[in-house]
Amino acid sequence: MTRVEFWQGNIACAEGALAAGCRFFGGYPITPSTEIAEHMAAKLPKVTGTFIQMEDEIASMASIIGASWTGERAMTATSGPGFSLMMENIGFAAMTETPCVIVNVQRGGPSTGQPTMAAQGDMLQCRFGSHGDYSAIALAPSSVQEMYTLTAKAFNLADKYRVPVFVMADEIIGHMRERIEVPDKVAIVPRRLAEPGTTPFQPGEGDIPAFPVFGAGHAVHVTGLTHDERGYPCATNPSLHSDLVMRLVRKIEQANREIADYEIVNPDAEKVFVAYGAPVRTVQQVLVDHPDEKIGFLRLRTVWPFPDFAVREFRNAEAFFFPELNLGQMARELERHVKVPVITLPKLGGDLHTPDELYRALEAAK
Amino acid sequence: MTFSDWLRQDRLPHIWCAGCGNGTIVNCTLAAVDEMGWKKEETIFVSGIGCSSRAPGYISTDSLHTTHGRALAFATGVKMAKPEFNVVVFTGDGDLAAIGGNHFIHAARRNIDLTVVCMNNQIYGMTGGQGSPTTPCGALSTTTPYGSAEPTFDLCDLAIAAGANYVSRWTSYHVKELTKAVRAGLETPGFSFIEALVQCPTNYGRRNKFKQVEDHVEYLKAHSLLKERRDILLERGEPVPPDMFVVGELMRRSRPAMGVRR
Repeated sequence: MTRVEFWQGNIACAEGALAAGCRFFGGYPITPSTEIAEHMAAKLPKVTGTFIQMEDEIASMASIIGASWTGERAMTATSGPGFSLMMENIGFAAMTETPCVIVNVQRGGPSTGQPTMAAQGDMLQCRFGSHGDYSAIALAPSSVQEMYTLTAKAFNLADKYRVPVFVMADEIIGHMRERIEVPDKVAIVPRRLAEPGTTPFQPGEGDIPAFPVFGAGHAVHVTGLTHDERGYPCATNPSLHSDLVMRLVRKIEQANREIADYEIVNPDAEKVFVAYGAPVRTVQQVLVDHPDEKIGFLRLRTVWPFPDFAVREFRNAEAFFFPELNLGQMARELERHVKVPVITLPKLGGDLHTPDELYRALEAAK
Repeated sequence: MTFSDWLRQDRLPHIWCAGCGNGTIVNCTLAAVDEMGWKKEETIFVSGIGCSSRAPGYISTDSLHTTHGRALAFATGVKMAKPEFNVVVFTGDGDLAAIGGNHFIHAARRNIDLTVVCMNNQIYGMTGGQGSPTTPCGALSTTTPYGSAEPTFDLCDLAIAAGANYVSRWTSYHVKELTKAVRAGLETPGFSFIEALVQCPTNYGRRNKFKQVEDHVEYLKAHSLLKERRDILLERGEPVPPDMFVVGELMRRSRPAMGVRR
């Protein structure tokens, strides 16, 4: 059973988190994500959860990591300037394999930029923004419905892979209102907890250690320093560091097919659009306006790890067209995986591409 | 149990220098924790970055060794998510008062039920002896080679002004008093702050005329002014010696607190 609502994207995001069992939110107000914090502030106390408004986004990120180690599903939500502040502790979460969900309702940058206008300028930052090598998972909703479902899904991915998961929304998706079908319940795949007496950071299935939750007698030491499988600092052993970082990256990259979430339209097409987030909606309109099997579409819901194998399903592709609300951040990634031209269709300022603009780009490439 | 039952024996010896005061503070803290009769699995130690922040790694409970200055923000997450945990934070002067200053005043303002033990060695020890917000004016460090020209923070005044329920200052000389102060902090609902001045022979003492470890400890003892004595001086209108620092219980009150065990 589902019920139909008419929700704003940010509300759907918060509701998706609550449905997924999120019981801790640490955040700081920032446009255009604030409604997520406001909704969590209203709803969490009613389900014995905890909302806390922290002193800044550095502290917000820290608080959700602390909460996660007590076993709670924890999240924060922010936008560009706050996201930049979170980078320090996002690296800590990656290094300590702490499950957590970070929602970024993207706005125009750099710096304070355009607080009330949409952008997708943080797509590389969410993958590479903290120092050192690591990997992460990023999802990109393109509707209010997906704000709900992908946020809920983010918690399952975070718990399964013990990794920070990013919901990379944008101001358009966060603030628009549309019809949403709210399910009675969402699938919850709980964190795999460590058995008593196990070595806390010993990798298990999929190179992922089971979670030694605080309070269960594991006496686990969690440190951002390079650590051995006991969790003990061991920061000057080159091979140990190399093995640890390689595993942190491998546990995500090797699961790419399992994590991947995408849709393919017209796989035999010669010209193929690739899009995620708000630009998906414009591409869909082009396909409605110009029904043509020669126009393909790869719609990404998972952005990181980048599903390179999905791109190769377009065997006849002669060119890829990639509209983004940035100067071609994910197009750079796509270029690594294909031999045909990638035509970036950047758009800055906060407006979406129009369907005509995208169609003209196809025509111009003839 | 005794304090030594709380140590993670397979992690010893620790990394602290010979003559460092941090071990003394850890012993006092663990002795106080042990007196509380707390279960290990309900007790969490949290720290940031620096010499002092290595302490949780030597304690056999769940522990979080976090990022520089952020220990209180992590601890806030732990305590607010699970108020039934006893959460103790180890930090230092650089970690708490410089990079973590904002988290410090806000944790105290919220009066969140944490006990914070700050090992104030008045220097950045881990990175080799740079000036910190508590390096005394005129003191030498690698970044104040001509003597520090900056005024210092009084960490206890900060905690009191921001709203902490319990505040004490002692030194590595005053082990009995310090242990009692930590105990009082652990017993007080709300934010408890215990500052312990410690000697750092490697990076502070040798540059500042404390050739021997005991010279610095003697200095800490000789320049400690009991709060009660300070109050008498103030009452009589007599001057408080400017080179002395006040020790003792500086605040005990019961403002409403957050994160208290339900």
